[in-house]
Amino acid sequence: MTVGDAAVFDAVRARIGDRQYEETAEFPVERGYVWTSCASVENANPLFWDDEVAEALTGGPITPPTMLSVWFRPHHWAPGRSEPHLPLQVHFDLKAAFGLPEAVMTDNTIVFHEPVRPGDVLTTCQVLRSVSDEKTTRIGTGRFWVIDVEYRNARGELAGVESYTGFGYSRAGKAPT
Amino acid sequence: MTGPNLTTDDVHAGDALPPLSCDVTATTVVLGALATRDWRPMHHDRDFAIHRNGIRDIFLNTPNQAAWFERYVTDWTGPTGRLGRMRFRMRGSVFPGDVMMFTGTVDDVAVDAEGCGWATLAVRLAVGDDTKTECDVRVALPRDANDNPWDRRGDRWVPDAATP
Repeated sequence: MTVGDAAVFDAVRARIGDRQYEETAEFPVERGYVWTSCASVENANPLFWDDEVAEALTGGPITPPTMLSVWFRPHHWAPGRSEPHLPLQVHFDLKAAFGLPEAVMTDNTIVFHEPVRPGDVLTTCQVLRSVSDEKTTRIGTGRFWVIDVEYRNARGELAGVESYTGFGYSRAGKAPT
Repeated sequence: MTGPNLTTDDVHAGDALPPLSCDVTATTVVLGALATRDWRPMHHDRDFAIHRNGIRDIFLNTPNQAAWFERYVTDWTGPTGRLGRMRFRMRGSVFPGDVMMFTGTVDDVAVDAEGCGWATLAVRLAVGDDTKTECDVRVALPRDANDNPWDRRGDRWVPDAATP
């Protein structure tokens, strides 16, 4: 590792645990999408279709837990918008910082906390959790990193965390740029 | 109350979940992409998938696969089953014309320090003999007919414990 690499590594590591790219969803959570989602996978769970069941079990309607990230995907078009944020911007920041042209996601975990309810306006942020030393794998040489995407409701309660393990790399035989 | 509403007493390590089979069509893929607000062309534009991505066809996106896994697990648990954690490993793509087969087994059943019952599952989405996605699931189950995992909040809900 060169002196420059060490400086970059230290600068990246200094941001571990910081809440970055805090954003508010473009629209409130709504039930139409819940039914479209359930229809797409033929999910008959009465929590999402029968208000009496939802009232009895969850104190009113909730959304399918796996829809967590749905509420943050931007509209395909919106008036006056320039470039949308890249999802998982921290991942692209790390590729750039280390000069690693390629990247793959190797693992994806979702942890579910407070249920998301119709009307909620969620906020999100990205948190770098770890960056590895340089590693060489079958596909190339680079670094593994873990990025959490946290989702909170308007009361600040944690609704869930998606955790992504990425491997940014240069192909075997090519030095990092 | 509808649904099976399994309790931890009903479930044992080694149990198999009932398999679920689904014929995948272009509609399955496109509806799933739009339901998850994923507008990227490889999930709705066959020409793009073939000529730009160099693959066979449009393919099921990851967030919609998560919805399929959720449906598969809660079909088994009933509505009192509450997902705690899902970990995905993607092995290959699912295309129109494929027959998706979901299977799962119970790895462990346990009660955590807060008194919440949990089942840990190994679930698999396969097409023929090829595993396309593996999903490790941790789902809370009621311990008896009066218990409801959805009542748990704050410190009483620990979905990400390192051990089952």
